[in-house]
Amino acid sequence: MATTTNGTATSYIDRVREPRWLNSEDAEVGSYAVKSGLAQMLKGGVIMDVVTADQAKIAEDAGAVAVMALERVPADIRSDGGVARMSDPNMIEDILKATTIPVMAKSRIGHFVEAQVLQALGVDFCDESEVLTPADHEFHSNKWEFKMPFVCGCTNLGEALRRIGEGASMIRTKGEAGTGDVVEAVTHARAVLGEIRRLQELPEMELMTAAKNMGAPYDLVLYVHQNGRLPVVNFAAGGIATPADAALMMQIGVDGVFVGSGIFKSGNPAQRADAIVQATTHFDNPDIIANVSRDLGEAMVGISSSELPESEQLAKRGW
Amino acid sequence: MPLNIGVLALQGDFQEHRAVLEKLGANVTEVRLPHQLEGLDGLVIPGGESTSIAKLAVRYDFPDALRRFIDEGGAVWGTCAGMIVMASKLLEPEPEPFALMDITVSRNSFGRQVDSFETDIPVDGVPGGPVHAVFIRAPSVQGQGEGVECIAKLEDGTPVAVRSGKLMATAFHPELTPDTRIHELFLRLSAGESSPV
Repeated sequence: MATTTNGTATSYIDRVREPRWLNSEDAEVGSYAVKSGLAQMLKGGVIMDVVTADQAKIAEDAGAVAVMALERVPADIRSDGGVARMSDPNMIEDILKATTIPVMAKSRIGHFVEAQVLQALGVDFCDESEVLTPADHEFHSNKWEFKMPFVCGCTNLGEALRRIGEGASMIRTKGEAGTGDVVEAVTHARAVLGEIRRLQELPEMELMTAAKNMGAPYDLVLYVHQNGRLPVVNFAAGGIATPADAALMMQIGVDGVFVGSGIFKSGNPAQRADAIVQATTHFDNPDIIANVSRDLGEAMVGISSSELPESEQLAKRGW
Repeated sequence: MPLNIGVLALQGDFQEHRAVLEKLGANVTEVRLPHQLEGLDGLVIPGGESTSIAKLAVRYDFPDALRRFIDEGGAVWGTCAGMIVMASKLLEPEPEPFALMDITVSRNSFGRQVDSFETDIPVDGVPGGPVHAVFIRAPSVQGQGEGVECIAKLEDGTPVAVRSGKLMATAFHPELTPDTRIHELFLRLSAGESSPV
């Protein structure tokens, strides 16, 4: 096996991890380099939640880099209540057939059998997601065992590095999904990026204690200290609803954005999707952001995340 | 004089290309609008999602601007999605390629992400042994016009890198490995070396 990814596959991964694929006869299929590499191909792009093949087509036509196939967008999961699980394989297969861009789907936290099912379906990326009801109160899935790459949510750097240590190929902020309120995504992105900057400044002798305090693997703490970035791609998610929200997250310093309920819960999904894609590319060009923000119709109604009782805060899920 | 190289920064792994090119001493510009092509010796179209890159490019009239850039002597290299948008013809209905290079390309030619792979392949004009090539939902070349030369194949004979004059396309991602030899080859093309390969 060879993991020679430039600046992404870590010395940690080269040194201590041997890939253990479930069904692969060829160790070079589904290597860490091709898993984290797919995430790199998504950079500067928008990943959109879709619940039907028609929505997937609208997302692809708008320039989405990938779609997240799920039965209910987070706003509906919130209002419906009950246990939220992996989507119906038929529904996921319809979307796999309808689009040529990568298809992501969600498994519950720790529900590695749902992840096995998604890999068997040919899903391109698994989101081990706090938006679904967790299946394990202590442990996340061992993502090294899959040739399908994983994205996981985080609220701070320690959590991001724990997920990478478990084999995640991509990280996203949790934000507060299904609210249309960007404040939590901002908080989590600033937490991760701020902690990266602080780690960079620390003298090397303080890194082990930093690793202990944040509950993160030492080798990954060392990587961040040396490189000033995560070893994988870092997206924003959870509450992004407008072109300006997307550009805000990009200017804060993430690599791309997920838009969940924000598009297909709005008045004019096709136009809003297109506008958010453009604002993500031209995130540093306010003239273009102004242009694409005109006459978009109603944004999703939204819930202020500070009004959510703690029991309804999805970002608290994950360990 | 360092070469002025642009990296099309609409979407994809343009920062990875930028990092390699800067390490090799090029003066790198991220190109998001066509006027930023002015004064460049070469342009890299990075890996990414070809439908996304094509859509954003068409929106701001890049296809015509790129053809003018090539007519005026600019070098262009596409990796993966970049190869797809450079093609004259795709076997799939979308996206509409920019017809910069006389090649027929098939998208996702090796299957879905779970089929993505790495392998070592020799590349013509790149001394020092095979190149470690990373293929991610990669395309392949299904046909090439006169004057287009295949410079790398997989073991089964599938063409995965082509060159024609100052144009080059690779189905794999040299920007994802620490090996800089393909980027060096592109800089020689951009500098107008008569027989860089």
